[in-house]
Amino acid sequence: MKLLEMNHVKKSFDGLEVIKDISLSVDEGEIVSVIGPSGSGKSTLLRCATMLETMDSGELIYLGKKAAWSDGTGKMMYAPKNELKKIRENYGLVFQNFNLFPHFSVMKNITDAPISVQKRSREEAYRLGRELLKKMGLEDKADAYPCQLSGGQCQRVAIARALALNPKILFFDEPTSALDPELTGEVLKVIKSLADLHIAMVIVTHEMAFAREISDRVIFMANGVIIEEGTPENVFASDNERTKSFLGRYKNL
Amino acid sequence: MSLGLMVSQLAGGMFVSIQIFLVTLIFSLPLGMIVAFGRMSKKPLLQGLVKAYISIMRGTPLMLQLMVVYFGPYYLFKIKITNSYRLWAALIGFVINYAAYFAEIYRGGIQSMPVGQYEAAKMLGYGKARTFFKIILPQVIKRILPSVTNEVITLVKDTSLAFTISVLEMFAIAKALASSQTSLLPFAAAGIFYYLFNLIVAVGMDHVEKSLSYYQ
Ligand SMILES: Nc1ncnc2c1ncn2[C@@H]1O[C@H](COP(=O)(O)OP(=O)(O)O)[C@@H](O)[C@H]1O
Ligand SMILES: [Mg+2]
Repeated sequence: MKLLEMNHVKKSFDGLEVIKDISLSVDEGEIVSVIGPSGSGKSTLLRCATMLETMDSGELIYLGKKAAWSDGTGKMMYAPKNELKKIRENYGLVFQNFNLFPHFSVMKNITDAPISVQKRSREEAYRLGRELLKKMGLEDKADAYPCQLSGGQCQRVAIARALALNPKILFFDEPTSALDPELTGEVLKVIKSLADLHIAMVIVTHEMAFAREISDRVIFMANGVIIEEGTPENVFASDNERTKSFLGRYKNL
Repeated sequence: MSLGLMVSQLAGGMFVSIQIFLVTLIFSLPLGMIVAFGRMSKKPLLQGLVKAYISIMRGTPLMLQLMVVYFGPYYLFKIKITNSYRLWAALIGFVINYAAYFAEIYRGGIQSMPVGQYEAAKMLGYGKARTFFKIILPQVIKRILPSVTNEVITLVKDTSLAFTISVLEMFAIAKALASSQTSLLPFAAAGIFYYLFNLIVAVGMDHVEKSLSYYQ
């Protein structure tokens, strides 16, 4: 069974078609990178997959359970509230600008949802929190507030916060685009280290070397459609004119 | 009249002023939140009504509103106005007036919150209520504190308007004493009272602001 399935997803904003009939699926543990020029609809695709945005038509399925689908008349249907809640537990999202809670300490950012939403015990949540902070190389920052951290540290806290809920799939929307160049490395390194957790990851990124190294599959998007997808080797050596011209802008390859 | 008697009369007025101040805050601060939600409602009728209410409360003198609350029941419904209703009228007038001001402050604060905070909360499984009370409201309180402090300081001085419907608060008593004793001393005492009251308010609010300055 596929972990995530999106079938014939369409989305427009005030008449502007941003996602034009996109279908994709993700297996458990699979790492997928989404690349493409800005404005091509990558963020919107993630926002539809995470239900931060409603779709105009299509189907969204997690582990065989339908979260959203269009009925015969073209109206979108959503699973009942309690089922959506369960479906949402399958995934997490790491934002470009972190969206940490500024009034919570680092530890509270990570442990509050496990404790208050998932009703896990405080001890367990804190133990997991400390473990995650260690993995992120931030064990000394548990009591700091987000405003006292660098962008790279904030993003690593945001990743820990998402991981604390035990998602099966983690979406990343340009996780290093808001960072100073010298800080992107530490975040990419942390994301790479997640590969052995066997969590599926869908990563929108402009870091081509990173995408090529980490991905099981690369999706190249432009103008709201998937132009090409395949193994990093195939996509990065593609004959497709649009893929070639896009990748040509990243000279370091 | 002895100085002692004068002081005890002024103290009585002071008590009423403080009473108006506290009751107004206790009721208008939460009521303002409800009004703010009405103002931000997507239902056009509710939103329109609340908008009109806020606009009237902010667009007409508080003194006039107090009179309407006080005399309104008689002129509209021929209900006999009793003496004990005076203070009630003042309290009701102050609460509905300040709720409108606080509502606009809350609304500004809530609408200034970045949408990313809501989205992050949603991704973590927080429901609507938990998102509001745990994530949004604490940050809104920090943001609006300076504006709230301004309103609270204005309220201290505004309590003196209750004298227009003959509530015997600090200012009314000072005025009566000043004319019966042909002395400016009661006014000086009243001035010092309002000033000290506000000094305490300012120190208190400063303390609250500092206690929230552990984050930006
Ligand atoms: N909420 C929105 N309202 C209107 N237009 C939007 C909205 N979100 C995205 N768009 C538009 O959709 C297009 C795709 O945006 P986006 O998905 O952010 O692309 P990408 O992430 O690939 O840069 C852009 O033209 C953008 O202006
Ligand atoms: Mg984007």
